[in-house]
Amino acid sequence: MAIFLNSDSKIIVQGMTGAEGMKHTQRMLAGGSNIVGGVNPRKAGETVEVEGKSLPVFGSVAEAMSATGANVSVIFVPPAFAKAAIIEAIDAEIPLAVAITEGIPVHDSATAWAYNVEKGQKTRLIGPNCPGIISPGQSNAGITPWNITGQGPIGLVSKSGTLTYQMMFELRDIGFTTGIGIGGDPVIGTTHIDALEAFENDPETKAIVLIGEIGGDSEEKAAEYIAKHVTKPVVAYVAGFTAPEGKTMGHAGAIVSGSAGTAQGKKEAFEAVGVKVGKTPSETASLMRDIIANL
Amino acid sequence: MDLFEYQARDLFEKYGVPVLQGLIADTPEEAQAAAAKIGGTVVVKAQVKVGGRGKAGGVKVAHSPSEAKEKAQDILGLDIKGHEVKRVMIAEGAKIAQEFYFSVLLDRSNRTFLSLCSVEGGMEIEQLAVERPDALARIPVSAVTGIDKSMAVEIATAGHFPAELIDPVSDVIVKLYEVFEKEDATLVEVNPLVLTEDGKILALDGKVTLDENAEFRHERDAMERDALDPLEAKAKEMDLNYVKLDGEVGIIGNGAGLVMSTLDVVAYAGEANGGVKPANFLDIGGGASAEVMAAGLDVILNDPQVKSVFVNVFGGITACDAVANGIVGALNTLGSKASKPLVVRLDGNNVEEGRAILKEFNHPLVALADTMDGGANTAAELANR
Repeated sequence: MAIFLNSDSKIIVQGMTGAEGMKHTQRMLAGGSNIVGGVNPRKAGETVEVEGKSLPVFGSVAEAMSATGANVSVIFVPPAFAKAAIIEAIDAEIPLAVAITEGIPVHDSATAWAYNVEKGQKTRLIGPNCPGIISPGQSNAGITPWNITGQGPIGLVSKSGTLTYQMMFELRDIGFTTGIGIGGDPVIGTTHIDALEAFENDPETKAIVLIGEIGGDSEEKAAEYIAKHVTKPVVAYVAGFTAPEGKTMGHAGAIVSGSAGTAQGKKEAFEAVGVKVGKTPSETASLMRDIIANL
Repeated sequence: MDLFEYQARDLFEKYGVPVLQGLIADTPEEAQAAAAKIGGTVVVKAQVKVGGRGKAGGVKVAHSPSEAKEKAQDILGLDIKGHEVKRVMIAEGAKIAQEFYFSVLLDRSNRTFLSLCSVEGGMEIEQLAVERPDALARIPVSAVTGIDKSMAVEIATAGHFPAELIDPVSDVIVKLYEVFEKEDATLVEVNPLVLTEDGKILALDGKVTLDENAEFRHERDAMERDALDPLEAKAKEMDLNYVKLDGEVGIIGNGAGLVMSTLDVVAYAGEANGGVKPANFLDIGGGASAEVMAAGLDVILNDPQVKSVFVNVFGGITACDAVANGIVGALNTLGSKASKPLVVRLDGNNVEEGRAILKEFNHPLVALADTMDGGANTAAELANR
């Protein structure tokens, strides 16, 4: 088992014919992901040879879905066009859309999210500005190096891309069911809580690593959720204790979230509900080792 | 990017939000000329991005151009909570009858926009939110539909404005939302929004934060030049994600989360090494080519406070040998400009090859670290020498 993505997932790539899209389509295929096609309205009808496979290019997500049975889309469309691409995926009601694109204006991601809510959230959105999701040994929808770790009992959810890699690499001898990079942008689709809920319900996931960083209150909400709903052991890491304050938002932002979004506040929220918080990524990995050893 | 008050004022004016005349001055003489141009009583206001400037002596009334010159003389060069005043705004005086509060901002917790509105303004809004939460209306704003006139009326009503002010205040709210939407802002705050004795609604002081991701659809070069620290502006020119901090250990890493984490680990290591701190945040992104590495090192080595540098890279997409070649290329490009010790920690893809390249390069200033924690310790020790 794994969450949100497994060996049955059929993946299309929006923006496959662009430089980033092509590079990562190759990598995903090399890692065993079942990529079934791409989307680019200007190249509809063409076929692209990648890693010895002929991939059809479709004019829209809806067309690609009806022709291939795709149920996952990975989005590599540049920032200026990303909002339209996400909305297209939502309109097609694809079950999972993973937006890798970095640098999308927040007005665009807020609009896309509001649109998804209006449409009844038939699409699970991961990202934007994230490494995507990987279920090692099964499928990889995104840019996480596929060979970084193998299958195992740990579930991982992280706001940060490189810290995801760092943590998977440190614990590669134990392995993971699924690792999800939810992205560090102010407005994202899948949250820490969504992933916690799915890991709690996944019988193969035995323990969970949660990586957070300053800003917003996703970690505080996750702590509250863990206290009420998560029975599996969770360890956490929070980045940004020394990050400068107020670089992203003025005072009014702090009022809204009910906390300043500081790393200290997040650490305390976790500790208050019995979640151990590592001081460094390495210490966090060793906390997880202890938990796995005692399972 | 946080704007200065005068930049916010200019944006407001562009969208027809009623504001008072305001002119900037960098010298007392310019202040005098600006006051003469505006005429009558003016207010000389320090332009710093920090609250509490009134109490710090950064806002003064002047009744004549020569008095404006004197007041500007007092204010320019002041240190307000660590921010040096380099510029003042000379603003037209106004007779204020009442002060209100309005803001619209990104509410990341609820993944939507939010407006905050109160007929009670003029005090610290944090204080109002705590002491009299009922007085501060919080109305969610859909990113799809925004704030139109009827929504603005709803907001002003919820903020307890009296009936006769609902219409003029809601007109201003609609225009402020236009600033928020069309300029890709994440915060537009007016505190205070005022009613003058002659019955006009005015935005007296504004705070605006713009979304840097939206730069591709705006012309902001001039605004940026004024709003950023010189080293930050230089980094921006080279497309580097750099934030200057107050410390001695320069930091370069890839990925925002890993770099933030590196700052933390260096700060912990600094506790045992004379209290040295990270000097900056610098994320060179996934790529980490020689060119980007050289540009990053160049910015950091130009910071006179920096005594050592910690390069912390995890090879995920980019393999470590490519990063090592980047460092070698950067040091060759910089030549004698690279004058401070460099601690390098590489991990991830092709780490052995990467380390071998740096060992062979054998640069006297480069030390290899096996782990992130170990590298942070070495860098902190070097900075403390």
